[in-house]
Amino acid sequence: MPPDRLEHPAIVRVCHWTFALSLLVLIGSGLEVFAAFPSFGEKLPASDLPVPLSILRIGGWLGGALQWHFTFAWLLATATAIYFTYQVVSGNARQVLFARRDARGVWPMVRYYMLVGPKPDMTETYNPLQKLAYTIALLLIVVSLVTGFALYKPVQLSWLVYPFGGFRLTRVWHFAAMCGLLAFIPGHLVMVALHGWCNFAGMWTGGRGRP
Amino acid sequence: MPVPQPPRSTRRELLKMLPVAGAAVLLQPTWRSLVIARGLALSDAISERTFDARLAAPPYADAQVTPFDRFPLNSYLVDDPEIDLDEWRLEISGLVAKPGQYTLRDLRSLPRVRQNTRHICIEGWDVIGSFGGIRLGDVLTLVGADQRARFVEVMCGDDYYESLDMATARHWQSLLCDEMYGRPLTREHGAPLRLVLPTKLGYKQAKYIVGLRVSDALGVKRGYWVDQGYSWYGGL
Repeated sequence: MPPDRLEHPAIVRVCHWTFALSLLVLIGSGLEVFAAFPSFGEKLPASDLPVPLSILRIGGWLGGALQWHFTFAWLLATATAIYFTYQVVSGNARQVLFARRDARGVWPMVRYYMLVGPKPDMTETYNPLQKLAYTIALLLIVVSLVTGFALYKPVQLSWLVYPFGGFRLTRVWHFAAMCGLLAFIPGHLVMVALHGWCNFAGMWTGGRGRP
Repeated sequence: MPVPQPPRSTRRELLKMLPVAGAAVLLQPTWRSLVIARGLALSDAISERTFDARLAAPPYADAQVTPFDRFPLNSYLVDDPEIDLDEWRLEISGLVAKPGQYTLRDLRSLPRVRQNTRHICIEGWDVIGSFGGIRLGDVLTLVGADQRARFVEVMCGDDYYESLDMATARHWQSLLCDEMYGRPLTREHGAPLRLVLPTKLGYKQAKYIVGLRVSDALGVKRGYWVDQGYSWYGGL
């Protein structure tokens, strides 16, 4: 990468924070929606799962939660479309997408973070472990959007429901994608905290030594 | 002598405040409810504009139908508004050539339809039900509904009410249902007449219907749940 180029292009930064905000709202409101029918089975006989804590939920009730959910789903869908278009067209996707050649580098990176291995040489913006995590997170965003649209329009978009195994299983996929993102976010935050202020600020300013 | 530098890219600094401004909008209750109501309205507008009436909810075989005793009852207001079924008439009004009171007998002169379709609740559960009745579209033709009218408003025996876009009302799977599982509609399920709309969520499918009004504009009362915050379109 030429030294004058920013680590994080502006579009990537804007999309990153849009992802962050909309995922926060979508997960919170999604948990409120789930609380209205906390089950993946039949309505009758009831087989309810535990309801998420109310402090984690957004919207107050099902109707409110759905307003939040739809509003931010459009925001997330728009940001995702812009992000992928930009990354592919600009070639910047290579910076973040996990490729076969990255596979070798994952384990040394894990060892380094576990404090049992030396620090691997870093030549790229993201190390192989980061690329793996980010690629999975992006994939989970796509899965949650696709399953979300399928649940929203199971008649108009019945071809979208079909590959997930029908309406009810699509709901399970949608929930599973959220669980995956919930697993990613704390790890991501811990890593950001460990890498200090400059690294964090880079996602606002663009990075490369700028404050 | 060094020339004083203007503050570097102030516009950019302002742009950086955008997320803060965004957060501020969401933290202020009035703005927040405006934003999310607009988001829902956008969703409805896109749904209505992209609705393809040729697409239908998939039909199911009798063996796939959820047993009748496991078809949930979601009575929003009352289990039974105690409609006198013998005296019952469907009051049809608005932009129609032949307004008036229609008996079940009048309506049953129209072709009968039976279909097994999925009923999806906004809460997230779903059942496959067996429904029989007549097409709402046929009723609209029978009474000479204005071809250009945009809405069908639905009045119920309890205080429930709903309204539909004309494209859905005329969809060939949209029924005025008087029969479930091959038997006359029971009181808990909305006797004598309920809507069955396989292209809509459950709350759009009003029970205990007593009146239909064809109209070109909706008033402030658009739907019992809609007026509390559910999507008006509610389309699947």
